[in-house]
Amino acid sequence: MSRTILFNVLRFIVVVFIQVFLLKNISLYHIVTPYFYILFILLLPFDIPNFLLYVLAFALGITIDAFYDTPGLHAASCVFLAYVRIVFISITVQKEGFDNEPEPTLGIMGFRWFFLYALILTFLHHFFLLNLESFHLSEILFTLTRVFFSTLFTVLLLLISGLMFFKKKVR
Amino acid sequence: MRNLLIFISKYNAFFLFIIFEVTALVVFVNYNNFQKATFISSSNEAIGNVYSKVDQLTDYLKLGIINDSLARENANLRNQLKSSFYVDSSVVKTVNDTINKQQYTYISARVINNSFNRRNNYLTINRGSNAGITKGMGVISSSGVVGIVTFTGPNLATVQSLLHENTRISAMLADSNNVGSLIWDNNLDPTKGMLINFMKQVKINVGTPVVTSGFSLFPEGTMLGHISKLDAKDSNNGTQIEVNLSVNFSNLQYVYVVTNKLAQEQERLEAQEKQ
Repeated sequence: MSRTILFNVLRFIVVVFIQVFLLKNISLYHIVTPYFYILFILLLPFDIPNFLLYVLAFALGITIDAFYDTPGLHAASCVFLAYVRIVFISITVQKEGFDNEPEPTLGIMGFRWFFLYALILTFLHHFFLLNLESFHLSEILFTLTRVFFSTLFTVLLLLISGLMFFKKKVR
Repeated sequence: MRNLLIFISKYNAFFLFIIFEVTALVVFVNYNNFQKATFISSSNEAIGNVYSKVDQLTDYLKLGIINDSLARENANLRNQLKSSFYVDSSVVKTVNDTINKQQYTYISARVINNSFNRRNNYLTINRGSNAGITKGMGVISSSGVVGIVTFTGPNLATVQSLLHENTRISAMLADSNNVGSLIWDNNLDPTKGMLINFMKQVKINVGTPVVTSGFSLFPEGTMLGHISKLDAKDSNNGTQIEVNLSVNFSNLQYVYVVTNKLAQEQERLEAQEKQ
């Protein structure tokens, strides 16, 4: 248990650090901007209480907001992401057997499930975030292009990070 | 009552979602409308400290660019020196200038955090209210207009960049003094701006310099950019003109905060006029 807490605290710090000091400076053709920090919310354990999940999502969002000068924007997107995560997991994962599968990582859940999980959650997060940011229906086509390509890039980063820390476990 | 509690606890994910989402959106909307939430921004001391530490590290990588820009500015200033002019007459007079008084003063500052690839961009500079900076002052660099100060802490200030949807700067053509407004284009290109609200009958050429007009916060004639494309697309009653911005926002290092000494007087007068 304490091991899980320690790992997640470390992951929080590392993810914020990578996002703010590395990925914040990346922008390809003004279209692709990766938001890799959602990895923290994706990899929280299955048996986390809903309330704690929302608090952590809100805290992560506000931390990113402080560095990005956009109070509330990332917090709102992260809370939305947390809700989508709860719904997605309740649909695709059986309630029993959480002892064997503590965390939704690539190694434990398999490539197909993790890819779908990352793709859908990333897309919805980016869709919410970028539309809230631009807040203009007249720019919707341009925003959707940004959502599409940014999602591809973020999912690629998520998969790479999943493969870097790959630990095969029998399900 | 009991059934209600059971219902709420059964769908607790959704109700918690509503509570947290509303909290986040309230923060978001408040910030946009009233700009109150200054504490969650990079002029906050703790966040600012982290940024200036990282800035110190990355500084060395940019020394070449900084040297270039400083050398260019030195050359510019040297051109204005008295010693670089040839004195034509042999009589030397001392003139005590009582007519010209200084209207604008400049405070130099370093950019410690910068963004240029989002819809609304901000910079953080390492001077704050202790150095005499207040909200609403203009910020320029050696190559042109950078933005407007929005929040100040004691030692840091946040600047709303020219690359922001709410930034609107009164501009004019350098040769014909026709006035319009400069805004940022909505295709997120940090090198392009748009000139709007221009009279149709004005003849405009590609390559004409665009400078700030006397109605703006900035000294009249501060560089904004050059006209790059005349897209005579009719929006309402003016023509839209694309401008190549003169400032390169991707490697901003040193900027100057402009203090207009007559700003208070102007504000007071214009407030009287409205009554």
